[in-house]
Amino acid sequence: MSDNTWQQILFTELKRLNITYKSQQLQYLTLSIDATDWSKISNVLRGLEARFSGVWGDVLRTNIDVYALFSLEQHYLLVKTNLPEPPFSLPSISTCYPAANRMERHMRDLLGVELQDSPDDRRWTRHQAWKDKEYPLHENFPIKRTSYKKTDGDCKYPFFQTQGSSVCEVPVGPIHAGIIEPGHFRFQVIGETVLNLEQRFGYTHKGIEKIAIGKTPAQLLKLAARVSGDSSVANTWCAAMAIETASNVKVPERAIYLRAILLERERIANHIGDIGGICNDVGFAFAHHQTARLRELWQRTNAQIFNHRLLMDTIVIGGVANDINPDQIQSLLQELDTISRDFDQFIDIIQDYPSLEDRLATTGFLPHGTAKALGCLGYVGRASGIDVDVRRNNSYPPYDKYKVQHVLHSDGDVLSRLQVRVEETRSSFKLLSALLHGLASGDIVNSKITLLPNSQALGIVAAWRGEMLAFIRLDDRGNIARYYPRDPSWLNWPALEALIDDNIIADFPVCNKSVNGSYSGVDL
Amino acid sequence: MFSVLKKITKIGIISEKIIQLTPQDEDFKQLGLALKTQISKHFSGSVAIRAVDSGSCNGCELEIHAINNAFYNAEQYGIHFVASPRHADILLVTGTVSKHMEEALLRAYQAMPDPKWVIAVGECGINGGIFGENYATLGGVSKVLPVDLHISGCPPTPTQLLQGILTLLSQAK
Ligand code: SF4
Repeated sequence: MSDNTWQQILFTELKRLNITYKSQQLQYLTLSIDATDWSKISNVLRGLEARFSGVWGDVLRTNIDVYALFSLEQHYLLVKTNLPEPPFSLPSISTCYPAANRMERHMRDLLGVELQDSPDDRRWTRHQAWKDKEYPLHENFPIKRTSYKKTDGDCKYPFFQTQGSSVCEVPVGPIHAGIIEPGHFRFQVIGETVLNLEQRFGYTHKGIEKIAIGKTPAQLLKLAARVSGDSSVANTWCAAMAIETASNVKVPERAIYLRAILLERERIANHIGDIGGICNDVGFAFAHHQTARLRELWQRTNAQIFNHRLLMDTIVIGGVANDINPDQIQSLLQELDTISRDFDQFIDIIQDYPSLEDRLATTGFLPHGTAKALGCLGYVGRASGIDVDVRRNNSYPPYDKYKVQHVLHSDGDVLSRLQVRVEETRSSFKLLSALLHGLASGDIVNSKITLLPNSQALGIVAAWRGEMLAFIRLDDRGNIARYYPRDPSWLNWPALEALIDDNIIADFPVCNKSVNGSYSGVDL
Repeated sequence: MFSVLKKITKIGIISEKIIQLTPQDEDFKQLGLALKTQISKHFSGSVAIRAVDSGSCNGCELEIHAINNAFYNAEQYGIHFVASPRHADILLVTGTVSKHMEEALLRAYQAMPDPKWVIAVGECGINGGIFGENYATLGGVSKVLPVDLHISGCPPTPTQLLQGILTLLSQAK
């Protein structure tokens, strides 16, 4: 569909339903509407098969702006409304976009937006660290509490119940058996079979959105690098992109290439590590040790050439922190050659294991329809036939110069998600080689940066887990007034609840690993 | 099956001794040598660690994972990670201690049998790191637990982690 057709269809629909709007062509087409039309417009968008991408709020002194981002025919569309005064009520859109539910509850817990007609308005990010009707992102909420009082566990959280004579409940977490992040999983099982799984997160809530306020852009990038340690490059690039777009900062071409090199390296490290992790969760330790070895070699190169094993703090406003010299490019290319060969050989071995295939095929099945309804991203979506890859669909430099390979599967099981990651790793190897060969010359950072006060923009990046967003608004001094990072895990975690049904509880670890959402990235 | 064995033999043993990881560090040479005796003496040959994320960004977790890979091979020193705090000698805590994890962290500590040690990992574990102390975080493990050793870094490298754990073991009596 051409640029205008989708807009015309949308506008006709809005007119037909008497929805008044103000449309502006800003960074993306932005529709400002009345709060009362909030759920109506999302119904229209759902009718047009728009994909829901995120909803967040922004507290301005006494009122609140709320934004929702959709993607329609591969064009982004930002819908905005203003809530002028308490009680800041807003019709919930989770009935038509279930994926919005947790983000809405997060927005309620932190900003005090009251949701009307929400199918589920239990607290989400808030446990017991602050009280109901207190909202950390409000101006009068102090960043630090003066008195110390021990915070109790959130033991009375009203989990869904399943009744029945042979139903039994298995609570797991927040602390899990392995070396992983904390979160709670509540299973209802009959025998070994999972009837229902409910997730409860928020344990690693660190007040990221609150402490971001007032930071300088440079300080914010350090924070962004630590929103989710495994997606450090993606989060930093996303935040930098938002600030640079808001202030019209031009990033030198060489820096853009280097950013993509860093991002692809992050993607490969995580994919390789998780491929072994998935195999390990069905008892195939060989695979785990092999991928851990490859990942370690990869990370050592990161430290050697980019000064950080997890590539933290490698991106700065207007560019990147470090350049690479021709020798380093050579050694990166050489490493690429050895590691990709090693990887191929390893994949050949594991693909030759019928018992592995037997464990992974049909396990943790996520139907296309469910994945679509939940708006799943990245490999979770792509293994169930949902074709979203920002590098291709809404390409940004330098990806617009390359043909990013189309990886799409439709079986929707753990095996498909594994295959998608194998193919994506290979495609990233190729892309890396192309990026290293095509690396433009010139500066690595724009040294003349003026930040535009009171500006705002979105950053959108293809993180290894999928489309990642960051919304940033600068204050009148060019410091951060609002930072909202939306990790792709927001849209993938609910898929785990869906795909575990009817599996045996013993397969939960492998199903979980095949989704591998970030806890820190959503707890914020 | 044969392909797996072939790959394993072809790669061979790649584990590095702590001395190789820190060649410039003379003290560590001594530490590496003394350690086996320490572990056999005080921990009957093996020391059990329970890792708890008390509100980290998960960067520290990735590096703790790495000390178990074939290169660092923490098991060569008798160090292994256990699933329950009830089996653990050492609580290895990452993160700034979010208020939402405070209770769980305390309970994990209480579940450990005596004698027990606590290591706080990363800048977050020391003082909250970039997150500091705020309405949602306590800003460091020592705010809630008696910490025996801090390992700095954001995140600490696997070598720093190993050094830290080994230092604690050499001091533990
Ligand atoms: S110390 Fe650094 S890497 Fe570790 S949890 Fe804190 S921010 Fe993340």
